[in-house]
Amino acid sequence: MAYALEIKDVYKTFNAGTINEKAALNGLNLNLNDGDFVTIIGGNGAGKSTALNAIAGVWPIDKGSIIIDGSDITALPEHVRAKFLGRVFQDPMTGTAATMSIEENMAIAARRGKRRTLKWGVTKSEREKFKKLLQTLDLGLEDRLSAKVGLLSGGQRQAVTLLMASIQKPSLLLLDEHTAALDPKTAAKVLELSDKIIEENHLTAMMVTHNMKDAIAHGNRLIMMHEGRIIYDVSGEEKRGLKVSDLLAKFEEVSGGEFANDRMILT
Amino acid sequence: MVLLFSLSPMSLVRAMPGSCAQGLIWGIMALGVYITFRLLDFADLTVDGSLATGGAVAVMLIRAGVSPVFALIVAFAAGMLAGFVTGILHTALGIPGILASILTQISLYSINLNIMGKSNQAINVDQYRLVVSLRYISGDGKMRFLFYSGLILGILVLIGILYVYFGTEQGQAIRATGCNQSMAKAQGINTNFHTVLALMISNGLVGLCGGLYAQYQGAADVNMGRGAIVIGLAAVIIGEVLFGKLCVGRRFTFAYTLAAVVAGAVIYYIVMAFVLWLKMPSDDMKLFSAIVVACFLSIPYLKDKYGKKGVA
Repeated sequence: MAYALEIKDVYKTFNAGTINEKAALNGLNLNLNDGDFVTIIGGNGAGKSTALNAIAGVWPIDKGSIIIDGSDITALPEHVRAKFLGRVFQDPMTGTAATMSIEENMAIAARRGKRRTLKWGVTKSEREKFKKLLQTLDLGLEDRLSAKVGLLSGGQRQAVTLLMASIQKPSLLLLDEHTAALDPKTAAKVLELSDKIIEENHLTAMMVTHNMKDAIAHGNRLIMMHEGRIIYDVSGEEKRGLKVSDLLAKFEEVSGGEFANDRMILT
Repeated sequence: MVLLFSLSPMSLVRAMPGSCAQGLIWGIMALGVYITFRLLDFADLTVDGSLATGGAVAVMLIRAGVSPVFALIVAFAAGMLAGFVTGILHTALGIPGILASILTQISLYSINLNIMGKSNQAINVDQYRLVVSLRYISGDGKMRFLFYSGLILGILVLIGILYVYFGTEQGQAIRATGCNQSMAKAQGINTNFHTVLALMISNGLVGLCGGLYAQYQGAADVNMGRGAIVIGLAAVIIGEVLFGKLCVGRRFTFAYTLAAVVAGAVIYYIVMAFVLWLKMPSDDMKLFSAIVVACFLSIPYLKDKYGKKGVA
């Protein structure tokens, strides 16, 4: 059976040929099985977010190929790949259109991968469906369908973005440090919601995080990146048994002691 | 005091019907500016050129015996073509938006001259059955009523069409593109396509306005669009400042906002008539308009920077 995601030998260098040259992905290889929920950790500049952006097609990669559900998407532009992908970003402002209403944002997401026609943008039956979906968030948003998303808090916006990412079942859900900008309590709620959505919809998912505890507690697989490559990959029993100290030791091993920065230890 | 005594209130009153008509016609261009400036977040200077293109195309067609109504449709299409060029320069060729629109605007100057063969061309209202004309205002009561009600009805229909359009999947995709490109792309929206589309619709309206205005004043001039973008922005801003609060939270908010933009254009021309009535030299009008627009555009920024202590 085909993998849900195959990343084959992907390279990406930013600002090639200049003083700011940075090899962000350095021969990245990764295969995800259907239903895998992998958490990704690594230091600043390890290539975690870059890997997600390469999959999403934010810019073209230099070398290698990316295959989702058996179809090669390497050459597809970002908006065409979108039909395979659900995405939630670090900045809560990025995932939603602030000047548009909650229902409009959700309606746009419900049409991901489809042609935008001259049919009415939000139908009555959709409105009912959105209401039910919003009810599951338990944030009272189901009564504010026509409120502008810009009026919502960061946590609320991330919750709506999560719904939007899954409303049209994606082949792969990309969570790029999507709780990093939230306060701890809200972050925990959004994480809990992510777990729930991934489980209920049987999604294949990748979650980048700076928080090692979260990386261990969520998902069935954990990978650690360093200098644009995967240097550690655990799943199943072995992952469940991991402790933060194990990961720290691993970090130190590959980086000669400087790797675990303050932010990781503190979080 | 001497100045005040020399002013005749009657001359101001006499100027009003013309100002209102002008404001209504230019309100159509303001709708186009609203689409690019507010919905697409794109400062599109194409309008200075595409307005004259609409006028030139309409006048030349009418002179060639084409019906004035059909001439307006072609003027709309010509405007769309201008918007298409700006859109391609920006999306396919990567030229920054403002610069792309300036390039189109400059090239349209030559194109407009070529369309007309010289810098201006006139059409006589006695010779053709024009859709709108200055003459209809000075005509009898029935004619005047037909003129204004027709113009207002036409604009209301236009607002209705735009309201529906921007509620469709495609219209929402344009709004998402203007609001948040990252979100739009992540949701599978082809932002380049929808940017071009919005520029075409916007400039189509501007071309239509040019065609109407040329019929209204009985001539098209290669310079008729100069500074149009400033008038459009002024109309958008006046509409928002004066009627913004009234528009929010209603069922048809967007339709009210569009109507407010047209009202903004009418108010702009009334204010201009008032300022001219105060014997301000007409040569200074563009300076005056620019200052007004600059002030209003800076208000949100200053409010942000200085909080409530700033300009309220």
